[in-house]
Amino acid sequence: MSSSFKQMMDKFGLPRLTIVLFLVALMIVATVNRLPTSMLLSNSLVRIGMNGVMVLAMVPSVQSGAGLNFGLSIGIIAGLIGMLVVMEFNLAGLLGLIVALLIACVLGAAAGYLYGQVLNRVRGQEMMIGTYTGFSIVSGMCMFWLLAPFRNPEMIWVVGGKGLRMTLAVDDSLAKILDNLWRFEILGVEIPVGLLLAFAFACLLLEVFFRSRFGVSMKVAGANPAFATSCGVNVDKMRVLGTVLSTALGAMGMVIYCQSFGYVQLYMAPLMMSFPAVAAVLIGGASARKATVWNAVLGTVLFQTLLTIALPVTRSVIQGDISEVAKTIISNCMILYALTRKEGDG
Amino acid sequence: MDNKWVLQIKNVSKEYEGNSVLRGVSLSVKPGEIHALVGENGAGKSTLMNILFGMPVIHETGGFTGEVWLKGKKAEIESPKHAMEAGIGMVHQEFMLLPGFSVAENVKLNREPTKSNWFSKVSGRRLETLDLHKMGADTRRALDRIEMDIDEWLPLVGMPVGHRQFIEIAREIDKMDLSVLVLDEPTAVLTETEASTLLSVLKKLADSGIGVLFISHRLEEVCEIADTVTVLRDGEAIATMPTTETKLETIAEMMVGRKINRPKAAESGRTTDAGNVLEIRDLCVEMPGEYVNGANLTVRRGEILGLGGLAGHGKLGIANGIMGLYPSSGTLICDGEEIPLNNAQAALDAGLVFLSEDRRGVGLLLDESIEDNIALATMISKKKFLKRIGPLPVSILDRKSIREHAVDMISLLEIKCTGPQQSVSRLSGGNQQKVCVAKAITMEPRVLLVSEPTRGIDVGAKERVLSMIRRLNREKGITVVVISSELQELRSMCDRIAIMYKGRICGILDPDAPDAEFGLCMAGEGGSPSV
Ligand SMILES: Nc1ncnc2c1ncn2[C@@H]1O[C@H](COP(=O)(O)OP(=O)(O)OP(=O)(O)O)[C@@H](O)[C@H]1O
Ligand SMILES: [Mg+2]
Repeated sequence: MSSSFKQMMDKFGLPRLTIVLFLVALMIVATVNRLPTSMLLSNSLVRIGMNGVMVLAMVPSVQSGAGLNFGLSIGIIAGLIGMLVVMEFNLAGLLGLIVALLIACVLGAAAGYLYGQVLNRVRGQEMMIGTYTGFSIVSGMCMFWLLAPFRNPEMIWVVGGKGLRMTLAVDDSLAKILDNLWRFEILGVEIPVGLLLAFAFACLLLEVFFRSRFGVSMKVAGANPAFATSCGVNVDKMRVLGTVLSTALGAMGMVIYCQSFGYVQLYMAPLMMSFPAVAAVLIGGASARKATVWNAVLGTVLFQTLLTIALPVTRSVIQGDISEVAKTIISNCMILYALTRKEGDG
Repeated sequence: MDNKWVLQIKNVSKEYEGNSVLRGVSLSVKPGEIHALVGENGAGKSTLMNILFGMPVIHETGGFTGEVWLKGKKAEIESPKHAMEAGIGMVHQEFMLLPGFSVAENVKLNREPTKSNWFSKVSGRRLETLDLHKMGADTRRALDRIEMDIDEWLPLVGMPVGHRQFIEIAREIDKMDLSVLVLDEPTAVLTETEASTLLSVLKKLADSGIGVLFISHRLEEVCEIADTVTVLRDGEAIATMPTTETKLETIAEMMVGRKINRPKAAESGRTTDAGNVLEIRDLCVEMPGEYVNGANLTVRRGEILGLGGLAGHGKLGIANGIMGLYPSSGTLICDGEEIPLNNAQAALDAGLVFLSEDRRGVGLLLDESIEDNIALATMISKKKFLKRIGPLPVSILDRKSIREHAVDMISLLEIKCTGPQQSVSRLSGGNQQKVCVAKAITMEPRVLLVSEPTRGIDVGAKERVLSMIRRLNREKGITVVVISSELQELRSMCDRIAIMYKGRICGILDPDAPDAEFGLCMAGEGGSPSV
């Protein structure tokens, strides 16, 4: 009995246990300080649903052996373009969302294919090259945002009449469309059912994929290329497909993020967006060589709850707004910790 | 009393996750003594050696109890570095070499000879230049001592396992202040001639006063060169005795606790004339260290064909080339149909299945469970072990049938494990080999190519694996090509034996041909060059 409990704890891992205990402590402090806990919980749920798919995007890239996808910004940009097209044509409601997701998926897959080819040439250094590729594409796209043929006056700079604005508000007919779908309230906590269902559906699809013959081949190619080759698996192709899947998921994740956030941020905004996603999956117990859907789900829940709850609580204890700084510090520390620790522990 | 023993292991016990794998083991080695350690797969031999060498696995899993004494003093060995400084050299069961580096760099790793230069005079030894010349020369000397004529600057990547074994040994004997040399199954991948070279090197080392502790499943060589033998069974040292006072059969019985039937040679040497199942013409394979240069060979339907030869002459290259694992050229015809080379899928589709000699590199997914290792290759290449999700046109892994199959295999091959979900990295070397065998059988091959099938498997299990291969051949009509460095093994089960020399088939012999003929063939002379 006690040994099986110990085994369960071992499986869950010390870092995650620490975070859970920390969260519990924070909740207690929050209640004691009379912070609106139900609102904190509602916010956490929204942020989990909003970021979940982007975290999930890390899974195929790690499984196929290409490491953590630090170049996720490529997919994010594809997602932004999907949003922009829908906004340009004033497509509203669920239809708008679906069109945005489709465009994001196609563009993301295409970009992921090219990116995957690049990664196959730089074996063993995927994560470093990915970071730089991501950075340079974000910078390169700044030009595109200025020159892109978008005409909707809501979207372009008022002065000069050309080039997309820095931050675009998503039209009310599209914003929070998933959040509000089947939404209900219980004990003061708002449950964004549609948003969470979308995340759950993505998890389910990916989980099924990784149990199919194709998904298992991809996993095997990542785990031991020589083994995979001897089973007739084309390892290079699997790595490209892993990257395609990851980038397409990143793109669709971004569409979900934007509709929930209510704004589309362009120019340098996507620059660092891959880092919180990487951090989340690592918190969930993944490593650069192994990541599961479960890691992504657990990581998203822990990371986003931590961010949502920790900040108001610290703010109630020490004055001042440290949210952005804290987020950066937490995610970078997590990445450093996870990449330097030895395989297997943690 | 001081110099009576170079090494004493006193009452050592070790547990892995609550399973006790060593129980109060004691053992002593005199200077100049060759001490053999034998025991079944999973008896705890490698674990004992890992303790002696301070391997991290031991400390990460809770350490051990008991004491290790070196030259009469109690030693606290916390890391391999400590062990090396204390004069212990170790050749591991699984290779510990850096594939990206050259032979010399591997031999001299962490002990590189250096020259002082301008910088180092200022800031100390760490910045001295590598003395490449001395590095090469030292390595050459170590390689010469084990009679190995391989270029010391060749990169290690892709080198055949047989060569790697010798390089590991070269690395250990290059250490000047060696007092105990520990070898975990050093001869498992070597042919008899190579093994006897190695054994004579060990004898010489022992004569110079070094204590040698070695593990082997080849009991013949244990009886031949060891002075003392210790038998380990289920984690307990059940006997220690001088080899002069015992017989091979007694040792084998003590190991497994029952009588062993040695494989009978009676069934080998059949002639079949059911046509050819495989024709290999002008096959060239670029497998580093095992090049094949225009080999011609036909395999008859339903036979067991042996493929022998010294390491480096291409016996491994043939199978690896056919299976599309290394770049190759030539013609391969299976049942009258030409199969494209350099295409693993095509070879698998034609029903060829390969059990690789490189079990950790190619054969296993180390972090995965036993059941997955057995089933996944078949699932991927033969689309088995899949089931539909309800009415949807999507198939996913059928965990239940994978589990059942693994349980069958575990009992069939007597794989010693805690269950089908145990990770294969936690298995002993011989049990990992059994998992590889299970994986190959699961593929239901038409032609089974097995490379070193009994590498690291104990006497009892060896008989089981060989008789299983024989049964597959007899009952299911599977044609088998056995590639082995153990001539004795080939002769006991094959119908014909092809011997390779310098990348070609030098001759095909009858299993009962006299030893001299095999010897000549392996040296590139004699034999009938017919195919
Ligand atoms: N890292 C590990 N974690 C858990 N159990 C282990 C680990 N390594 C070995 N074992 C277990 O310890 C036992 C002894 O293993 P060991 O490797 O010492 O066997 P061995 O005598 O060297 O066998 P072989 O002849 O097959 O090499 C085995 O039952 C094995 O499953
Ligand atoms: Mg062993």
